Amino acid sequence: MKILNEMKMEFLNKSENEAFARVVIASFASQLDPTLEEITDIKTAVSEAVTNAIIHGYENEVGYVRVECRLYDDNRVEVEVVDKGHGIDDVEKAMQPLYTSKPELERSGMGFTVMETFMDEIYVRSILGKGTNITMVKYIKDSKKNDSSE
Amino acid sequence: MDVKYDKKTNSLIVTIQGDFDHHSSKRIRELIERNMRKFHAKNLVLDFKGLSFMDSSGIGVIIGRYRDISINGGKIVIVNVNNQFKRIFNISGIQKIIDIYDDTEKALKHM
Repeated sequence: MKILNEMKMEFLNKSENEAFARVVIASFASQLDPTLEEITDIKTAVSEAVTNAIIHGYENEVGYVRVECRLYDDNRVEVEVVDKGHGIDDVEKAMQPLYTSKPELERSGMGFTVMETFMDEIYVRSILGKGTNITMVKYIKDSKKNDSSE
Repeated sequence: MDVKYDKKTNSLIVTIQGDFDHHSSKRIRELIERNMRKFHAKNLVLDFKGLSFMDSSGIGVIIGRYRDISINGGKIVIVNVNNQFKRIFNISGIQKIIDIYDDTEKALKHM
């Protein structure tokens, strides 16, 4: 598979940047001609991953969140959200529906479930004290961008 | 994000416009709580007509309000929910505890 396009950005872990990040990725991914529903799915999943990095990654400390996006010629969108924060102690537990380490903040504990449902693949790598990397993949079903009939 | 209020009998109608994410959720929660008290409302109607985005942070706030309002014997319902938001509701199972209606008029009949 060939990479058609790639972007990388970094921003401070401020909640204002959640909307910024999802809008940028949605705009970049639109190069593969996704449907409105596919774009909204990507937007929502990115919002969840970036929110996780902001709330859980750095707790109350200042840090940077890195977001990368790659578009492939098999109509695949790959989004990587990386923080260099505290890391997740138990990834399997964190990914369980309704699990939240911050119930006092009225978190629903549905973040990973939303990412898993709205994207086709999700990979979570986390090292305590080093940070977390969430990689998500979505296949754009009827993308006309790389249609061989064109 | 912008929030508008209206009161019909003992129900507060809250219309949320713009994004309902982690960034705006704290403010939305505060505004709902403050206005429920101010208007002495028992029930809450959340109108999503002008909502452009919602993720699981919104679900957290809705479940939180459900808890508070249920304790006081009130009801919370949501109206004007588009398909994308319905999908998030389905994943979270929220529709098992909160009723969804087409519009405010229909919702108020069930209050």
